[in-house]
Amino acid sequence: MTHETPTGAGQPAVLSINGVSKTYAGGFTALKSVDLDIRKGEIFALLGPNGAGKTTLIGIVCGLVTASSGSVNVFGHDINGDFRLTRARIGLVPQEMSIDMFTKVKDAVAYSRGLFGKPADPAYVEQVLRDLSLWDKRDEQMRALSGGMKRRVMIAKALSHDPDILFLDEPTAGVDVELRQGMWQVIEKLRQRGKTIILTTHYIQEAEEMADRVGVIRQGEIVLVEETATLMAKLGRKQLTLQLAEPLSAVPEALAVEGLTLSEHGDALHFDYDTRADRTGITTLLANLNAAGVSVRDLETRQSSLEEIFVDLVGGAS
Amino acid sequence: MNWRGALTIYKAEMARTGRTLMQSILAPVISTSLYFVVFGAAIGSRMESIDGVGYGAFIVPGLVMMMILMQSVSNAAIGIYFPKFNGTVYELLSAPISALEIVVGFVGAAATKSLILGALVMVTASFFVPMEIQHPLAMIAFLVMTSVTFSLFGFIIGIWADNFEQLNIVPMLIVTPLTFLGGSFYSISVLPPFWQTVTLFNPVVYLISGFRWSFYGVSDVDIGISLAAIAGFFAFCLFIVWRMFKTGYRLKT
Ligand SMILES: Nc1ncnc2c1ncn2[C@@H]1O[C@H](COP(=O)(O)OP(=O)(O)O)[C@@H](O)[C@H]1O
Ligand SMILES: [Mg+2]
Repeated sequence: MTHETPTGAGQPAVLSINGVSKTYAGGFTALKSVDLDIRKGEIFALLGPNGAGKTTLIGIVCGLVTASSGSVNVFGHDINGDFRLTRARIGLVPQEMSIDMFTKVKDAVAYSRGLFGKPADPAYVEQVLRDLSLWDKRDEQMRALSGGMKRRVMIAKALSHDPDILFLDEPTAGVDVELRQGMWQVIEKLRQRGKTIILTTHYIQEAEEMADRVGVIRQGEIVLVEETATLMAKLGRKQLTLQLAEPLSAVPEALAVEGLTLSEHGDALHFDYDTRADRTGITTLLANLNAAGVSVRDLETRQSSLEEIFVDLVGGAS
Repeated sequence: MNWRGALTIYKAEMARTGRTLMQSILAPVISTSLYFVVFGAAIGSRMESIDGVGYGAFIVPGLVMMMILMQSVSNAAIGIYFPKFNGTVYELLSAPISALEIVVGFVGAAATKSLILGALVMVTASFFVPMEIQHPLAMIAFLVMTSVTFSLFGFIIGIWADNFEQLNIVPMLIVTPLTFLGGSFYSISVLPPFWQTVTLFNPVVYLISGFRWSFYGVSDVDIGISLAAIAGFFAFCLFIVWRMFKTGYRLKT
C-alpha cells in the first residue's frame, strides 16, 4: 500500500475523544486524559503493547465501558446524551471471540441488524456476507465454522447495520499469515466502501501495512499521532556521527552525498540514513573516506527517541 | 424508541425456547402433571375437601403458580446470563437500544413462555381433576402479572449471577421453598396460628391465594391484598433493574 495521499486529511473529525480518563473499580487507571480525533474515511491504527488501554478506549466509545471523565463525540453527537444516534453509526468487532455457537450465520447477522433497529434487508446482508466470503456458509451454525470464518462473522455482524465507523480490536490476533492477508483485503474493501476504520494492533508492521495514520498508546496515554508515512520515515532514521582526527573546513567533494553534513566546528561528520533502506550508504561512505584520506577517530550511531518508543512494539512484546 | 430491537431480542429468545422444546416446554409440563396424578388423583381421593373444593382441584392453582414462578425466574435469568457468559452481551451494550427495550425483550419472552406453560398445565390438569374458573379475567390478570414480575426478578438474578451456581441457587433456595410453603398444597388456615402469622411474610402466599380465588372464589387472604402484594413486588423489581442499568452493574465496567 502507498501512503502518499493519506485519506481524509483536513476533513472534520467523525470521532472526537476529549480528555477521556478511565479508572477501573479496582483503582487501576487504564486511560489518562486521552485526546484523539479520527478523520472521515481513514484507516487509523491504535498501536500499543498489551495493557496499553486500547480495548478500554474502544469500549468507552462503543458503550461497554463508562469513562471516568472526559467526553466523546461521534459525528458531533455526545455518546451518552445521544447514544441512539452515535451507536447507530458505529460497528464493533471485539477482541474476544464472542458468538452464540448454536445460531446460524444468517440469523446471527439478522439479529445484529435487528438490535440496531433496522428493518430486514436481505440484499444488503447478502452483499456483506459475499464480501466476507461467508455467503456459502449462511446456513451453517457458528460452531461448524473455522476460527477465521467466525472472526469474519463477527465482522459481518458489526457491518449488519451499515455503520460509518468500524472498530476492529486486534483483527489479526491469533490469525495465521494467509488469513491476515484476507483480513487486510476485507479492510481495504471496507475503506473503499467509505467506512472509517479504527483498528488496534501491537505490531508496528501491521499499522504500517494498513493504516493511513497511527496513534501510539502506552500506559493509558496517547504518546503520538502521525501520518503513517511520516512516522515510518522518522522511525527508520538513524544518525551516524564520525569524529574526525583532523577538522575539515568543508565536506570534501569526493564525499558529498545526501544526508552528510559537517558539524559546526568541523571536527565531526553527521550522516543521516534510513535503517530500513536496502542500502544505507554506510559502506560507500566509509570507503570514500578512506580513499579521500580522511581519518576517523571514533564513531557512534544514535536513533531517534521515537525508536525507543517502538522497541517494545516491534516484537509485539509488552 | 427502538422497538424493533426489543422485538429482535424477544424473537431470538423465543427461538431459543423452540430449539430446546423438550427441556423448556415438555419437561415442566410433564413434571407438573405428575403432581396432579400423585397428589390430585391418587392421594387427593383420600383427602378432605378444603373450603368446599376437592383436594385435586384445590392444588391446581398452586401448582400452576409454582411452575410459573420457577420457570419465569429461571428462563429470564438464563436469558440474560447467557450473553454475559458467551460474551455476546457486547452487542446489547453497543446497540442503540435502551435498558427498557432490553428488559421488554428478555422479560417479555420469559413471561410469554411461562404463560404458554401455564396454559398447557391447566389444560393437562383438566383431564385429571374437575376444575372451574369463576373469574377468568382475574385469573388471566394474575397469570400475566406473576409471569412478568417473576421474569423481571429472574432477569435481576441473571445480571447478578457470575456463575452457573449462583444462577441456580436463588430459584432453588428461595423460590422453591417459598412456593412449597406458600400454600400450594394446603390452605394456610390449617396451620397453627403462629405459623399462619409467619406465613403472611411469604409473598408467594398472596399470589397463590389470589390465583386460587380466581378459580374457586375462596382465598386465604383478601384479594385486594393479593393484588397489592404482586404490584408492590413488581414495582420493587422494576426499581432494581432500573438501578442496575443506571449504574451499569455487572454489565459495564
Ligand atoms: N474490567 C477491568 N478491571 C480492572 N482493570 C482492567 C479491566 N479491564 C482492563 N483492565 C486493565 O486496564 C489496562 C488496559 O487494558 P486494555 O484496555 O484491555 O488494554 P489493551 O487492549 O491495550 O491490551 C490493563 O492493565 C488491564 O489489566
Ligand atoms: Mg485489547
